[in-house]
Amino acid sequence: MPSALARAPLITPTHVVVALLFATAPWWITRIGLYPYLGVEILVWMIFALGYNLLLGYGGLPSFGHGAFFGVGAYAFGLAQLKLGTGLWSSLGLAIVAAALAGALVAAFISHRRGIYYALLTIAFGQVFWFVAVKWHSVTGGEDGLLNVKRPVLDLGFAAFPLASNTAMLEFALAAFVVVSIFLWRLVHSPYGRVLRAIKQNETRAAFVGHPVWLYKWSAFTISCAVAGLAGAIFCLAQQSAYPNVMSLHQSGFVVMMVLVGGGLVSFWGPVIGAIFFILARDLLGAYTEAWLLWYGLLFMGLVLFKPEGIAGAWQSFRARMTPSPKEGGGLA
Amino acid sequence: MSQPLLKAEGLAKRFGDRVVLQDVGLEVEEGEIHGIMGPNGAGKTTFFHVLTGQHKPDAGRVTFRGEDITGLAPREIACRGIARSFQLMNLFDDETALVNTMVATPEMRARGFDLFSDAARLEAATERAQRALADVGLEHQASARAKGLSYGERRALEIGVALASDPKLLFLDEPTAGLGAEGTERIAKLIGSLRRKVTIVLIEHDMRFLFGLADRIAVVHWGQVIARGTPEALRANPWVQRSSLAA
Ligand SMILES: Nc1ncnc2c1ncn2[C@@H]1O[C@H](COP(=O)(O)OP(=O)(O)OP(=O)(O)O)[C@@H](O)[C@H]1O
Ligand SMILES: [Mg+2]
Repeated sequence: MPSALARAPLITPTHVVVALLFATAPWWITRIGLYPYLGVEILVWMIFALGYNLLLGYGGLPSFGHGAFFGVGAYAFGLAQLKLGTGLWSSLGLAIVAAALAGALVAAFISHRRGIYYALLTIAFGQVFWFVAVKWHSVTGGEDGLLNVKRPVLDLGFAAFPLASNTAMLEFALAAFVVVSIFLWRLVHSPYGRVLRAIKQNETRAAFVGHPVWLYKWSAFTISCAVAGLAGAIFCLAQQSAYPNVMSLHQSGFVVMMVLVGGGLVSFWGPVIGAIFFILARDLLGAYTEAWLLWYGLLFMGLVLFKPEGIAGAWQSFRARMTPSPKEGGGLA
Repeated sequence: MSQPLLKAEGLAKRFGDRVVLQDVGLEVEEGEIHGIMGPNGAGKTTFFHVLTGQHKPDAGRVTFRGEDITGLAPREIACRGIARSFQLMNLFDDETALVNTMVATPEMRARGFDLFSDAARLEAATERAQRALADVGLEHQASARAKGLSYGERRALEIGVALASDPKLLFLDEPTAGLGAEGTERIAKLIGSLRRKVTIVLIEHDMRFLFGLADRIAVVHWGQVIARGTPEALRANPWVQRSSLAA
């Protein structure tokens, strides 16, 4: 039937291209003047931003304090290893669960809201987590944070890989990204994802056709916090430490900028583009000027003013102009 | 005598000190088209809001198929088989017409927390969504975005979304609002074609339209039902005569 909804493949060519790009990075990244650790950082932010976009792009729910859950994941990972002595897998699992629980708790207080009130509440809660991280010295290490987190050996049962080198970390972060990106790709095309998008566009109507709106908003927040927690855990592993700055308002603002600049509102891959673009801009612009964030901020403002659909949106309209075809709906395809 | 499909008694609603409904009752029999008319600001839409869960009534009782549904949330009422359209349109604007109806299907409701399967492969949902579009004459626009449709098509989709939820009882709030003669004619045909498939309660200003479709009509004025009966009986009503002269 021509009018039927387009089916979503399990994996798209984009998944493969992104995976290949990063998998081969150890061989070319130093040749273009960059370094493997940068790849790790980009991947961490890609995971964080992709999970964040479930909330912002698909749910239309602006969380401006999402760094808190990234931070909860980072601290939980570090604490699990330092205080409980858990291995890599259990520490990762605990980090995800801790971030999801923190998210579920916050979501319970904010999910009846939307728009600016929602955003303000997320900022307030985000600051609470940051404050706890700074003040609860005996657990979090205060301003210094958690130090001396180890990079344990990655044990797959049939083989074991040390994560000490940054290239190994890069491959590990890539594996996590592949899992997350497939999971979220499935999610946004599932009945759940469809209903979530509908709720973004019209909460009232969604309730009147029988969907439990509150539960969707609550669960979308919780899921995106779980993903943020995973990103935070990998960040802690890579940095071998966790510190209050990872849950600061800055951090929360960065992920919003990445998603918007990349085009998360119109494309599933927008956040990925945004994360790559942001970290590269930080490194490349940062090499020339201390004030790189100012330039980036100006760019961000320009984009919001003139091309709110971001880089992915610009690419989409460029392609639409190149291949004139009957314009069909779909939004976040 | 079987019980009515929907029965509302003694409904009252006030906003602050503004009394909008007082002691309103309604009985809707299965299979009928029940009209509701009345001047602007009479309280017709508020009556729908109270029946479908948007507002809780201050007093009174609503039963649907014998079950007390007074004051339930919109979602709970919808899940029991009551759907509504809106006077001001309420669509999922960025989605295609097909997704608009699909999201409303009971199949999507049942599978709503399925995070992994592809929604496009839920055949029962897609088929029902397509049938709803066909019912309102929009099958050719299935893959057009809701916000890109013409005003008349959006009006039709508004009904299509309600139909896709497979309701036993359908509330339509001024489905012809803003339409010209031709559009009104199309919606009249559409509603006529739904007769007997689903029970309908229909708010309408256009008397010719309403008198041609409804089996029974209630006239609401100042938040009260001032007259009710078959279209024939109501033609003799002085209020109706006066306002049809005006129209
Ligand atoms: N939420 C509200 N708060 C305060 N007053 C309200 C509210 N909703 C409706 N009213 C008032 O109640 C009265 C009835 O409104 P309602 O929308 O039910 O009328 P209606 O019969 O549907 O009119 P129309 O034919 O114009 O659609 C109006 O005077 C309106 O101003
Ligand atoms: Mg009205």
